[in-house]
Amino acid sequence: MNRLAGAICTIFAAASIGTWAQFETSTSRTTVQEIERYREALADGNPAELWEARGEALWKEKRGPKGATLEQCDLGRGPGVVKGAYAQLPKYFADTNKVEDLESRLVTCMVTLQGFTPEQAKKDPFGGPGKKSNIEALVAYVTAASRGAPMNVSITHPREEEAYEIGKRIFFHRGGPHDFSCASCHGLDNQRIRLQDLPNLTRTADAQRAYTSWPAYRVSQGEVRSFQWRLYDCFRQQRFPELEFTSDASVALTMFLAKNANGGVFNAPSIKR
Amino acid sequence: MRTRTVVLATLGVLVAAGCATMGMSDEEAEAKATAMMKASFKASGQATLDRIDQDDMQKMCSHYVGDKKMPKEVAERLEKQQQALIKYPAGDKYLGDWQSGEKIAQSGVGKQFSDDPKAPSGANCYACHQLTKTEVSFGTIGPSLYNFGKTRGFTPEMQKYAYSKVYNSQAFSACSNMPRFGQNGILTEQQIKDVVALLMDPKSPVNQ
Repeated sequence: MNRLAGAICTIFAAASIGTWAQFETSTSRTTVQEIERYREALADGNPAELWEARGEALWKEKRGPKGATLEQCDLGRGPGVVKGAYAQLPKYFADTNKVEDLESRLVTCMVTLQGFTPEQAKKDPFGGPGKKSNIEALVAYVTAASRGAPMNVSITHPREEEAYEIGKRIFFHRGGPHDFSCASCHGLDNQRIRLQDLPNLTRTADAQRAYTSWPAYRVSQGEVRSFQWRLYDCFRQQRFPELEFTSDASVALTMFLAKNANGGVFNAPSIKR
Repeated sequence: MRTRTVVLATLGVLVAAGCATMGMSDEEAEAKATAMMKASFKASGQATLDRIDQDDMQKMCSHYVGDKKMPKEVAERLEKQQQALIKYPAGDKYLGDWQSGEKIAQSGVGKQFSDDPKAPSGANCYACHQLTKTEVSFGTIGPSLYNFGKTRGFTPEMQKYAYSKVYNSQAFSACSNMPRFGQNGILTEQQIKDVVALLMDPKSPVNQ
């Protein structure tokens, strides 16, 4: 466990099993087969359902200074439409004049509909021991309603195109004491870090497999992890400073990765080691 | 010290700020990305915001990606720059203790905002390289280093090369994915010698 946990950039776990076939020694082939069996066993029962249920209850609960539910929140397909919304995010929203991903849009709705301050809405973005995250539960609920929907992210609005182009440069931006960029691990075909296969997120098939499998219930952490968390923890391992929740860079990078996954069938929350 | 290009980046931002987003040039998009990252991260623990700033090598290697191939003269310039920065140990002694080197090769901690800045860093060699027959959990981003010394010869020249490569991988292969462990202060001189011993000591499991 320590070895895996210590590995750098273990982003998008279990995303591209197909690449394992490239690997040659018999010892490792056995290991790969065992890992695949482990993944199959895990998929039998996914605790993410508990997060989805809690998220649905939160969505319909009157909360905040305005005592309102989130049921009129516009996630991009009109007020109250949850089904299929996540497969079209991030997108440009005229009311905020910003490109928003799911997490930033949830914050917007908690502020405008429920009357929370942005600080209150962004409190506890990620769950931990003894600390539940409402955002992660809401993310589980909303994303589950896109199961089976093909990814269809648009960059037709100039702000969307700008986010995509900047997100691409963030993906390739090398920095920090280790000179790492996202591309150090995720710009190569058929590579592994330790035994973890690495999707090449600049290629359609790999990007589709990876992006459509987040959020995920992480067995090793006992939490459902959102895409914002995925980026946050990858940058930590990249030796960068701390990524701010729903920051412009996080949304731009998400735009780049989500757009690259267009056409892939969304299938999350999933379950990963 | 690394050559900072903050001034250039800042100029780029000022230029880019006045331009429309459609049809952004690479330089504009890169400057906008850097500025956006500066506003989107916060300093945390030992990870300060200047980690987003890029030296010449980082900047060039972020620019020439995908279909944009780095011109040969740029690669040679970068390699020369980095070669000049290598500091060799006194007395041409490159070999430390391979057992300590193996521990360093296994450890992936160090320099993350979640790490104790006072604890020694690892090199996490196994994340990307095969090294021994006993460790099956190894990555494939870098080449296999199994039998590194045995196949290349246990010569002082090869010891020096191994030291240089771990110290500053960019000096030999511009835009290598491998960290510059000495140049960027990830490993101490003694730690690099220990890793060199793991590669070059005839008794090391790498050479069995």
